Amino acid sequence: MILSRKWLNEFVDCSAWADHDFSEAMTLSGSKVETFTDLHKNIQNVVAGRIVEMVRHTNSDHMWVCQVDVGGDAPLQIVTGAQNQKVGDMVPVALDGSLLPDGKEIHAGMLRGELSNGMMCSLKELGLTLHDYPYAIEDGLWVMQEDGVKPGDDIAAVIGMDDHVVEFEITPNRPDCLSVIGLAREAAVTFDKPLRLHTPDVPGSGEDIHDHVSIRINDPALCPRYTARMVRNVKIAPSPAWMRERLRNSGVRPINNIVDITNYVMLEYGQPMHAFDFSCIGGKQIIVRTAREGETIQTLDGNARKLTPNMLCICDEEKPVAVAGVMGGANSEIVGDTAMVVFEGANFNGTSIRRTAAALGMRTEASGRFEKGLDPMNTVAAVNRACELVELLGCGEVMRGTIDALPEPIVPKTVKLEPDKVNGLLGTDVSEAEMRRILLALGFELDGDTIIVPSWRGDVEHYSDIAEEIARFYGYNNIPCTLMRGQTTSGGYTDAQKAERSIGTMARALGYSEIITYSFISPSYYDKIRLPADSPLRDSMKILNPLGEDTSIMRTTILPSMLEILTRNYNYRNKAVRLYEIGKVYFARPDGMADEPKLLCLGGYGGGMDFFQLKGAVERILAGLRITDVTFEAENENPSYHPGRCAKVYAGGKLLGVLGQIHPLAAANYGVDAELYTAELRLDGMLAARGATPVYTPLPRFPAVTRDVAIVCSADIPVAKLSACILAAGGQYLKGCELFDVYTGAPIPAGYKSVAFSLTLRADDQTLTDEHAEETMQSVLKALKETFNAAIR
Amino acid sequence: MKEMLQKLREASVAAILQADDITALENLRVKYLGKKGELTAILKQMGRLSAEERPAMGQLANQVRAELEEALDQRREALNARMLEMRLKAETLDVTMPGKAPELGHQHPMYIVLDEIKDIFVGMGFEILEGPEIEEAEYNFTKLNTSEGHPAREWSDTFYLTEDSSILLRTQTSPMQVRAMESKPLPIRMVAPGRVYRKDEVDATHSPMFHQIEGMVIDKGVTMADLKGTLNTLVKKLYGENTVTRFRPHHFPFTEPSCEMDVQCHKCGGKGCPTCKGEGWIEILGAGMIHPKVLEGCGIDTDVYSGWAFGMGLERLAMRRFKISDLRLIFENDVRFLQQF
Repeated sequence: MILSRKWLNEFVDCSAWADHDFSEAMTLSGSKVETFTDLHKNIQNVVAGRIVEMVRHTNSDHMWVCQVDVGGDAPLQIVTGAQNQKVGDMVPVALDGSLLPDGKEIHAGMLRGELSNGMMCSLKELGLTLHDYPYAIEDGLWVMQEDGVKPGDDIAAVIGMDDHVVEFEITPNRPDCLSVIGLAREAAVTFDKPLRLHTPDVPGSGEDIHDHVSIRINDPALCPRYTARMVRNVKIAPSPAWMRERLRNSGVRPINNIVDITNYVMLEYGQPMHAFDFSCIGGKQIIVRTAREGETIQTLDGNARKLTPNMLCICDEEKPVAVAGVMGGANSEIVGDTAMVVFEGANFNGTSIRRTAAALGMRTEASGRFEKGLDPMNTVAAVNRACELVELLGCGEVMRGTIDALPEPIVPKTVKLEPDKVNGLLGTDVSEAEMRRILLALGFELDGDTIIVPSWRGDVEHYSDIAEEIARFYGYNNIPCTLMRGQTTSGGYTDAQKAERSIGTMARALGYSEIITYSFISPSYYDKIRLPADSPLRDSMKILNPLGEDTSIMRTTILPSMLEILTRNYNYRNKAVRLYEIGKVYFARPDGMADEPKLLCLGGYGGGMDFFQLKGAVERILAGLRITDVTFEAENENPSYHPGRCAKVYAGGKLLGVLGQIHPLAAANYGVDAELYTAELRLDGMLAARGATPVYTPLPRFPAVTRDVAIVCSADIPVAKLSACILAAGGQYLKGCELFDVYTGAPIPAGYKSVAFSLTLRADDQTLTDEHAEETMQSVLKALKETFNAAIR
Repeated sequence: MKEMLQKLREASVAAILQADDITALENLRVKYLGKKGELTAILKQMGRLSAEERPAMGQLANQVRAELEEALDQRREALNARMLEMRLKAETLDVTMPGKAPELGHQHPMYIVLDEIKDIFVGMGFEILEGPEIEEAEYNFTKLNTSEGHPAREWSDTFYLTEDSSILLRTQTSPMQVRAMESKPLPIRMVAPGRVYRKDEVDATHSPMFHQIEGMVIDKGVTMADLKGTLNTLVKKLYGENTVTRFRPHHFPFTEPSCEMDVQCHKCGGKGCPTCKGEGWIEILGAGMIHPKVLEGCGIDTDVYSGWAFGMGLERLAMRRFKISDLRLIFENDVRFLQQF
């Protein structure tokens, strides 16, 4: 909402407050100011001047040297190339050192040897158009036909630029403030100044509207009220300058007197108006109904619109003449020879209007107001105001009578005034008298303890709404700041939240940086990670109205998101990348909602990244959570991973997830020819497998010895099985078993490998004897021989 | 014999002082003091001396031995010190060469800010709740006093997963207010961070997915003054003790009275500059007293209990904190970006 402060001052005098202070105060009382502009600032030192003499420039074939009376002692000499002026004309003159709206500064100078003390201006140079002054011409000086303008008059005042405009961001619950009067009401209470309203009263003359037309509302829920008056002998012409200026300063383009009146009333009263040419109405009835299947209308913007049966229309007996609350039809447009005009001020259901406007893709000034739900009591005053302006402008004869279709009576809402409750909610001590004063000033009525809510305040229905009204004018910033009292709560992080946080800390300590990726992905991502067509992971929840295919389904796997980011970094030529994300995946539940488990995803490439570096990171994180009994098992069937470089991770026999090198074909689908490594681990599984609080184990009192054992065995026996066998066979003295070498190649025969472990041996109650050590080693070697046919090297 | 001893003393002390390394010194010790050394050899001649001469000569011999030993010790010490010095010199490093520590990973800037906020609220006795992102319209809208027909419910603004508009991607963390009210005993102090979704095309300030944190307190006699006090505490902890704030009336369907909280622009101190778009203030969150309809809808007796709630966008907060100019950077996850935090 763009507000002209001159217009506002007509209803409440706020001239004592400069723009900044005005804006600040309005913002703090609830009408948020976005920007304010002093229009005069943009046009300085431009005055009206009368041409008193003009002669040809001796040194130019088209220029004129003019003497212009600008109200000073002597005329100024100004050179111009314009041709449409004559002696005696009044024109705008930009004096030496003047500023024009486009930012141009004008200075005196020589033009082909003749001094020019400024510039005579066209409309465009003053930031105006033919809409503002239809009698002017586009290419040439603006020869003014304004009454009462004298040489030397400030042009900004002449064209209404001696105004300040303030742009408000009005919240959707306050459509009443999308009007000069609505804002004036707020300003009056904000600045404690009287509000000056008047009630337009236009009896009309001659024929009565009821002799010409009647109204039928088919669906009162969509149109609670329809008010109309008629004007005859209409003379379409430009509206007067003062009206055009106010429209322009409010961001509305002037058209002609009748259309300008509808816009003027909309801005002043907040009630969108529609004026249509009565001669185009077939029959004698205006019908408010929803469109019929297949109906179309050409709207005022020239577009043909297909209507659907949920769209409310204003119709004659045959056809729609307007899309209700959105835009009029071209078939009833006000044109130059329009003689009979119907002014409509109606009230429509906001949601219906919004949906129609959205479906037609034409959100207009009118629909933007209607959709918020307007005051049904405002229609009569608005229509009367339009008629009053018709008379003021002398552009037609207002007929007698008003059609006012109001199928259901409108009962004002009431709320009980409960000062204690209001103070209790706000934490304030505002007196009841002050509350009453504020409410009355805002237009509420009081009947004892009963507050009668004004019709324009559809948003007020509860004592908490009343509390807001009081708080707005008591001042939000006068409410004290207190800290919470009452029962204390323990609060804090849960164990699971702490563990999740520590996973992030560990991942970062291991060199992985955190990423955030979208929860929705493209279905094609499942192809990229090579999921088979029948994979249950393809069973994603679908967004029915996505922004696009790329963000159309909820991910069931976090892998493609990580690969997307790894790829992006790879394409940016970032080296040695390590990333992690803790994010959700989404699985449909029978009740329509989703299971949303969280996953830890690690990913990386370059900088020595290989399977074991990634596995090491996973092992460290699991160890950091004190998860014991972690096992890894070769996984060669996961289609996204390298069949020989992928492992399933288990804790206590329960699957946590998978890690490994991305299948080269999957990597190729991302256009990456490097080795990408990722791990995907279920967070709930990790949290469930966390170890308990550690219990102290006494430190060993006797020294340990280490013995190395190297064996040759079949190359396909996993190291994990060998070490498990060693640990099982080692007995009480074997305290540790660490792999330190795996070797294949000569002299080891093909199909075999040499594996070396370092064993730690120790007795708990004495220094280990050679005999005990030897027994342990024999037992280990025997088990390896028997189980794997392993030979000692 | 006395002369021999004197001679030995002079020669040996001189030799010891000239010894150049530990090995040479040890050789000298053996040469003079060893079992077959020169002093021993002299002492072996003691037998030839008269009984009168022996004590004096013995004393002299012991004196010479002591002097030699002392000279050896001194020289050894000096040599050791010199060797240590040489070793240390040889071991000298260029300490300006880079360290070898492994790279640390970096926390995402949005989560840095979120963790900070969570810590502040945990410190004030709040608990942290999480809830579904795929949400019922009932929780996202209806129970938050956002009736059928409200513009926010339009398919042009909200992502839906069912044709009947009953299941959606939550557009705000506010449904966690209702979920907490329905599942938790009173009083409640909670914050609920998480992902939210709105149908906005990606640009420098919009993303179809972003993060919010919701906060809520319900207790007996909770007032708007409490809301102000608590949020002021939050902001002062986030931006510093001297941060100036203000509260403006605003509108949300599920709070009444509603407000927005601004902090005075740190750059211009409220005068107006490009950072605050000339307003002098920067909006940071929306809040209000929980609408009695919402409380009552969750079975809470509004004659006894009241509550306040706030919601805050986290990306914008992180962008302001770290002067990140474009929201797209947050979701692009370029490591050159992430490594800066």
